Amino acid sequence: MTVTSYIFGIFTAVITLGVVIEMLRRNRLRERHAVWWLFGGALGLVIGIFPGSLEWAASVIGIEVPTNLVFFVSIALLVLVCIQHSSELTRLEDKTRILAEESALLAVRVRELETATGTGPGRLGPHLDGQDTTE
Amino acid sequence: MPNLFARTLIVMPAFNEEAVVGDVVREVYATLPGVHCLVVSDGSVDHTVARARAAGATVADLPFNLGVGGAMRAGFKYARENGFDNVVQIDADGQHDPAGVPDLLALLGEADVVIGARFAGVGSYTVRGPRKWAMKFLSAVLSKTAHTQLTDTTSGLKANGPRAVALFADNYPAEYLGDTIEALVIAGRSGLVIRQVPAAMRPRAGGTPSHAPIKAAVYLGRAMMALAIAYLRPLPKAGALE
Ligand SMILES: Nc1nc2c(ncn2[C@@H]2O[C@H](COP(=O)(O)OP(=O)(O)OP(=O)(O)O)[C@@H](O)[C@H]2O)c(=O)[nH]1
Ligand SMILES: [Mg+2]
Repeated sequence: MTVTSYIFGIFTAVITLGVVIEMLRRNRLRERHAVWWLFGGALGLVIGIFPGSLEWAASVIGIEVPTNLVFFVSIALLVLVCIQHSSELTRLEDKTRILAEESALLAVRVRELETATGTGPGRLGPHLDGQDTTE
Repeated sequence: MPNLFARTLIVMPAFNEEAVVGDVVREVYATLPGVHCLVVSDGSVDHTVARARAAGATVADLPFNLGVGGAMRAGFKYARENGFDNVVQIDADGQHDPAGVPDLLALLGEADVVIGARFAGVGSYTVRGPRKWAMKFLSAVLSKTAHTQLTDTTSGLKANGPRAVALFADNYPAEYLGDTIEALVIAGRSGLVIRQVPAAMRPRAGGTPSHAPIKAAVYLGRAMMALAIAYLRPLPKAGALE
């Protein structure tokens, strides 16, 4: 391993962590979603700083080529995040559906109310009957 | 019957049915005096809303397409909010004869969900190929859950009694095919009594059918999956039926 590639590894991990933390800080990312990315970034940083830790972990599990462990963990992480996203999407869709149903039913009630009271959209404005009440 | 009609809400899920929905609503009012008719337009991009309103129906206009399940859940909620005991689902395309509704309502005394079954002797509606196999298979499986012989589980003509309305207002499945398959599974597993009566089907009065023949095979696959998932789901909370 050259010095360049050593620094490159650490640099990438730090950038990833930095971006995630900055997004967290600005409320652009919920902590619930950020947790996996933080975990991955931290793991990358540890391996970047101590490449020996990767070889040690691979030998403990019995993986001959240490990079395969990297691939395995990365893909597993991505799959988990994808599943989490699908589940979030389902929840959001459910909520949107309920909102759509309720809003349609509210519109029916508003309409009935307007019919009953003789009001309606536009009738409450200032230009009704030529009377301008804004001045 | 008039008293029964007054406690009944007719819910019509409608998706781009401007050609027929007005006539169907008028026919419902003429055949079933005293009922209240709610058309749920499911993000229709034609004049479904205006036509249904002109015919005298109350129209709930969903902001985007939710599918029949979402439309029906809105209907059940409307029934609960406005104190209707029974909800009858009728297609907006004119295929169901409103004259068959009293038969369904009459059975609500002993049952919670009454299905108006096609192919049960009355009328001449037929389907072929994968869609037919799917329907056969679904009937066999769902008959077990319902503890009664069902021959047409994908019918869009259904009457729901008070217990079914209470259950479905919150738990009507909104997923694809949920309105037919999963709704029956939920009802059966929740202990509701399901019955079927024969009902005639007419050809579509106008508009376009939503099931193209090419989609039939896909339908078969998705129906199987929907069925499997419906049985794996936890039941809605028991309190829903109290
Ligand atoms: N809410 C809602 N209703 C729909 C949707 N698609 C169809 N419908 C309505 O559901 C009813 C049945 O639809 P059809 O297309 O006639 O389906 P079908 O009766 O099972 O099939 P056909 O034998 O081809 O008529 C009609 O009242 C349609 O307007 C949808 O996406 N949302
Ligand atoms: Mg139809």
